Parts: sequence; structure tokens; C-alpha cells
Amino acid sequence: MSDAGPVKSIVTPTHLEYEYTATGAQAEFLRQIGQGRLRGQRCDECGKVYCPPSGACARCGLPTSEWVDVADRGTVSTFCIVRVPSENIEVKLPYCAANIVLDGSDVPFIALLQECEVSEVRIGMRVQAVWRARELWEPTFENIRWFKPSGEPDVPVERLGDWV
Amino acid sequence: MRDVAVLSFAQTPMKRRESGRSEVDMVMSVVREAVAASGIPRREIGFTCSGSSDYIAGQAFAFVGAVDALGAWPPISESHVEMDAAWALYEAWIKIQTGVCDAALCFGFGRASMGTLPETLTLQLEPYTLAPLGIDAIGMAALQARAWLERSGRSERDLAEVAVRSRRDAKQNPFAQLRGDFEVEKLLAEPTLASPLRRHDCAPITDGAAAIVIAAGDVARRAGPRPVWIRGIDHRIEPHHPGVRDLAVSVSTALAAKKAGVDPARIDVAELHAPFTHQEWILREALALPPGVRINPSGGPLAANPMMAAGLVRIGEAAAQVRSGAARRALAHATQGHCLQQNLVCWLEGE
Repeated sequence: MSDAGPVKSIVTPTHLEYEYTATGAQAEFLRQIGQGRLRGQRCDECGKVYCPPSGACARCGLPTSEWVDVADRGTVSTFCIVRVPSENIEVKLPYCAANIVLDGSDVPFIALLQECEVSEVRIGMRVQAVWRARELWEPTFENIRWFKPSGEPDVPVERLGDWV
Repeated sequence: MRDVAVLSFAQTPMKRRESGRSEVDMVMSVVREAVAASGIPRREIGFTCSGSSDYIAGQAFAFVGAVDALGAWPPISESHVEMDAAWALYEAWIKIQTGVCDAALCFGFGRASMGTLPETLTLQLEPYTLAPLGIDAIGMAALQARAWLERSGRSERDLAEVAVRSRRDAKQNPFAQLRGDFEVEKLLAEPTLASPLRRHDCAPITDGAAAIVIAAGDVARRAGPRPVWIRGIDHRIEPHHPGVRDLAVSVSTALAAKKAGVDPARIDVAELHAPFTHQEWILREALALPPGVRINPSGGPLAANPMMAAGLVRIGEAAAQVRSGAARRALAHATQGHCLQQNLVCWLEGE
């Protein structure tokens, strides 16, 4: 045994490249958002609208094919205030991450909520998307920078159904 | 032991690149087809197990995404193996043996076209001293091929003949990716990728998915007139470091076959998961298959090799041979890791 001390670390660089191709419902959703439109898919069986759609109803295990328009505004179904930094998120701390149910959709998704004090955020709050400048639109979810309060009256919690 | 049968098998068309359908779309189609063909209602399937690898998708937790295809509401009993889905079937078989459920769904999927498969597979190597050397999966297999050629006294022509037979047989398989008539002479005139292996010695890169439903005795008999019984199943693994193994033989395959109770003299058809031509030879030797046994009538992995599903496809194809009456008994084999490191063997028989 050498007395040179422990080998505490080695560096073994690993690099893999992937060429991802969006397919099916996801590809169409991205094309639409590239045009400034939000669209979802409705399940024939249970009627739930998914936005963004995966091409499947996760509850029924059935393909979804009917496209429906979804608004770029909706309701906060739950939220949290984040006070720890993350490399992936550039906004100032603390910030609000909210589950938002878009009008015309049934399944909330997580989005940033900005342009208000975090202390003002509440379940039932109405919010609207803030799009980036039109000339920057591409087929990416990043076209929506974040959501902000729309100023509409809150939706009473009892009308939020099984979202909360 | 409970009797367990393969009730149904479904697979996607195997493609070099699936650009129209997501993993969820592919899984949903094979799962729905397999469940519908099983003859038992979905609610009677008490366990679901999948085989896939997030390294194939290049996406963390891609395997969880596939749950979207299952209709997991009310929540289902589910598990996943980061292995070929043949091992998902093994887990499901164990679940049935323990009496936790009477019927199970197994599936595997992968879109290997999105990444660089030979490099991705390198990451299976021990990460401190082997993986940094940069040898890829084809180079690893070539080390084994050379060792086997030397020991067996056979030639690269024997390897090419495996490829020619596989792709000729694949002409009868509507799901195969590579099929057609090739000439040994022309193949041997091609350059080597990693000597002694040429392109035809290597399985293609394939996007695809497959699903199988299995069930215990009474449920299987009630489901339909022709259950295909899994008479024996076992899997064995060899040490991780390729240097400590004799690469020219497959001790783990031989042992798995013995533990599964395989009698090679009674096998009519064998579906072997050999992604390289020389590996088919090594497996035939390990399984002591007589010359009359038909190997890979589906075309095998040299005709389509959906990563993480190709082993499960072997079980499905073997079961189909029994169900159609083409074989009384069929053997199916699946492999994992470099140079046949880990091997699963099962054999199937009709009523």
C-alpha cells in the first residue's frame, strides 16, 4: 500500500448527444404555441382537456385526438413561494411557482407567476400569460415568459372542483 | 409453482427512426392491443411492469412518462426495470408465483434513434477504469467475436451467413426493419467496422415497443383456447468486468437454460437475442441446440433490435410459434450488458 494518501477524485468526462424529435400531439402543440395559440386535447372517454397534451389521457389510458382551443388565461389552483436558488430559474428570489388551470383546460400545469408581490398570490386568483415579443416566437413553451394577475375577480375555491 | 401462460403479444412496426409517434403513443398502441388480445378484462390485470432506459431517451424519468399510456386511474400496481423488458416479464412471473396477482402486463420501449447507441452503451462499463477508455459497444463485441473465431476455428463467412439467413427470414415478418436477400460474398467484401465485425454483423438501431400479457393457470385457461405455457424461466449474470470472463462462451446462458429445465432435444424453434452474428453462434453452443432447431424465424435482432424491448420480442415471437402450431416447444432468450453478460432463458409449450 502506497503512503501517497487517498485518491479522492478522478475526472472521467462523458458526453452524449441526443437529437430529440417532438412527435404527435406534442409536435402540434409546439407548432401552435409558435403561432401564439394554446391548444389542448380532449379525452373522448372522460372529457378532460389536457394542455399541453401528451396524446394520451393519463387517467383512461386512451389516445386523445380532438383538438380544442384553450385560453391564455386561467386560475391558480395551488402555488408555492420559492426562496432557494436554482440554476434553471433566472427570476429574483423569492418567486412564485403556481399550478394554473387554463380556461378550457382541465389539467393544471406549473408556471412562473410574476408582476405581483408573492404575498398577494392566492388560490382562485385569475392570471394571464405574458408572451414574449412576437418576433421571438418559436415552437417552444418559452414563448410564454410567465403569468401575471389579470385583475379579474377571484374564482371561489368551491368552484375549483378537484383541482385543489 | 403456478402454471403461467403467455396470453398475447403485440409489437410496433420496427423502424430506424420513429418520427411520427412518441414513446407514449407507441406504448399505448401495443398495450391496448395486447390487453385486447389477452381475452381478459383490463381490471383483472393486477400488475404492470416495464423495461426501458432513460439513457435511450436522454431524458430523466422517461420511464415514468410511459405511465401516461396505461390509464393508471384508479392507481395501479406497477414496477419498472432498467433492463430489457424480458426481465420485466420475469418480475411479473415472480409476482404471479407469489400469488399477489393472477395476470400481469409487461412492456418495453425505446427510441434509440435519438441518441448514439454504441456510445450510450459504453456507459454500462465500470466508470473509473473502463468507460474512460472510450471503447464502444461494437468494439466490445468485436473483442468477443475475435475470441470466438479463434477458439471455434470458424470464419467470418460463418458470421455473414447468420446475417443472410436472418434478413431472408425477416421477409416473412411484417414488423421487421431490415429484410431481403443478401449475398455472403458481397457482405464479406464490405469493410470492417471493428474487425472482425462488419455492418451486417451488427443489429440495426431500432425504434419500437412491445407488450405481453401473462396469466396464471385458471385465468389463462378461461381467457382463450390456446394458452402458451412458460414451462421454465431463469436468468444468470456474469461478473461486470469483461476481463474476468471467457468471452468465447456463455456460461450464464448455459446455466440459465439448465435451471429453467430446457431439454434442447425437445426444442423446435429458438428465438435468440443475439445483437451480433457471432453471439448467435455462442448462444447455440451454450444452449447445445441441435442443428435441426430453427433459429430466429422472425429474423431476430439482426432484422430489428428495439433496445429494451428486443428480448421481450423474442418471448413474444417464440410464443407465437407455439400458438400457431409451427412449433411444439420454443425457447426464448434475452440478453443484457456487453458481450452477453447477463442472460435470460425460458421455454414455452402448448397445452
